Amino acid sequence: MFYREAGDFKKTYSADNQTFPIKIDRVGYYLALVVAFLVIPFVINDYWANAILLPFLIYSIAAIGLNILVGYCGQVSLGTGGFMAVGAYACYKLMTSFPEVNIFFHVILSGGITGLVCVLFGLPSLRIKGFYLAVATLAAQFFLVWLFNRVPWFYNYSASGQINAPERMVFGIPVTGPNTESWATYLFCLVFLVLSALIARNLTRGMAGRKWMAIRDMDIAAEIIGVNPLKAKISAFAVSGFFVGISGALFFALYLGAVEVGEAFGITKSFLVLFMIIIGGLGSIFGSFAGAAFLVLLPVVLKVVGVDMLGWPTDIVAHLQLVIVGGLIIMFLILEPHGLAQLWRVAKQKLRLWPFPH
Amino acid sequence: MSNDSYVTEDGRTIGPTVMEMKNITLRFGGVKAITDISFDIREGEIRAIIGPNGAGKSSMLNVISGFYVPQEGEVWYKGAKRPPMKPYQVAEQGIARTFQNIALFEGMTVLDNVMTGRLRQMKANMFEQAIWKGKAEREEVENREKVERIIDFLEIQAIRKTPVGRLPYGLKKRVELARALAAEPSILLLDEPMAGMNVEEKEDMSRFILDMNDEFGTTIALIEHDMGVVMDLSDRVVVMDYGKKIGDGTPDEVRNNQDVIDAYLGVAHD
Repeated sequence: MFYREAGDFKKTYSADNQTFPIKIDRVGYYLALVVAFLVIPFVINDYWANAILLPFLIYSIAAIGLNILVGYCGQVSLGTGGFMAVGAYACYKLMTSFPEVNIFFHVILSGGITGLVCVLFGLPSLRIKGFYLAVATLAAQFFLVWLFNRVPWFYNYSASGQINAPERMVFGIPVTGPNTESWATYLFCLVFLVLSALIARNLTRGMAGRKWMAIRDMDIAAEIIGVNPLKAKISAFAVSGFFVGISGALFFALYLGAVEVGEAFGITKSFLVLFMIIIGGLGSIFGSFAGAAFLVLLPVVLKVVGVDMLGWPTDIVAHLQLVIVGGLIIMFLILEPHGLAQLWRVAKQKLRLWPFPH
Repeated sequence: MSNDSYVTEDGRTIGPTVMEMKNITLRFGGVKAITDISFDIREGEIRAIIGPNGAGKSSMLNVISGFYVPQEGEVWYKGAKRPPMKPYQVAEQGIARTFQNIALFEGMTVLDNVMTGRLRQMKANMFEQAIWKGKAEREEVENREKVERIIDFLEIQAIRKTPVGRLPYGLKKRVELARALAAEPSILLLDEPMAGMNVEEKEDMSRFILDMNDEFGTTIALIEHDMGVVMDLSDRVVVMDYGKKIGDGTPDEVRNNQDVIDAYLGVAHD
């Protein structure tokens, strides 16, 4: 009743192919864009930006990237943390080597470099799949973190072994470094997220996406109808690496500002992003957003409820938080294995018929 | 190898040889799956490969589509000897096929499955697809029109947007045929297109195969166990038994071949 597609006829195939074929979805999408670009920057404060919005935007990009690889192409990866580190260190080296170039291009270039590295570690996927590939990408995770720890060239021989983001401007407004305004960093990340989501959507609704999904669903059949498995898998690793690299660069330069690689981009990061896409929904762009939002918001909500409302000690809440998040993940996977995206589809289906049962 | 054309009784033109298998032998270790088999497929004809279970029919099809590389023998395609190829390269040459046990992409919709069949015709690169507006969108719409024609032809309009995993067996078979047909193949290989179907579904499928051949002029090579279907549909039949060719000719010739009768009915051993 509230959500209707009746009367929404398509006269051309391009109209049928668009991202939001149903009018009410389209309106919602434009509304969300208007709120994100024109309302939130004016009401944002540091707490909201740092606790919720920036991590949500950045993890969404990473989740979109990993979803292309795992959800669309079916190649399991546990190296996300390592690949984010590649993006971060690439961005750091570019920022310090070419200070006159705009950081916008640095971030994109970091994505490109990460894409190449990702392809390199994706090469074993041509021979191995499933758990074995997961282990191979795990090797990438440990190797990359070790590399950035041990080779001083990557952190410009700084005494602490950390990398620090120098101040960089976009249109004369600082977006990195200590003097940033929260609305500026927010907008900078938002632009990247919107572009990433658009590109990911365009790729997945076209032939590239179909080739990936064909490989995921049945690689032998894909090959017999002419999908070159090498090209399909490698392109998925490249595109995935590109987005993950961008998110790593933003995570370092805009969100954290200073990074110690083992701490920021360890194996837990890989699992976190993997949980996001599993909880959000594999093979769904919306699921990437939903999963990122869920795992970013959950600890904040639990903290607000535990510490601020119930008045429990902070350390107990911090520990309980881990237990509850873990429990919720398990419960979620049992109740809805296809993730939040499926829940959303079911909800829309129910709204379509409401108040009638059938 | 023949270069002449002739017209069949029902008015279809059978062209020159498009594919020729020359003395193919395929071994798995010590087991000979195919022994010294030669036959040809002519343009526009329906060519059947029959034989009892384990005769090597599917292996033959796998040799044609590049899954197996025969130890001996040559495959000639469109007048040239074919070097050993990967399956996707064979597909690029215009040879499409369906499988005995359906090989569809279960997580994708019927439309996406059939569209995947047209990947040879869609050439936009990654960047053009990422931007979408322009070449990628134009190609998508052009190929969608072609695919819709095939969807109409196979009468699967109603399930266009349904994920394949939810479809019943008979429809899946039809979708797989649609995907193979969408590639506009020069040769279409069908591995038991009627396996596990009831009479009605078999009738539908036979009609589709004949119409396909008639309307699009598709050359078809098919493996089938239902003798009634095979004898009705095909122009020429190859009969295999224990990896050897025991008969080759029109359905009538094959039906009266003593070796074929022996292979199917069995002979008394003394």
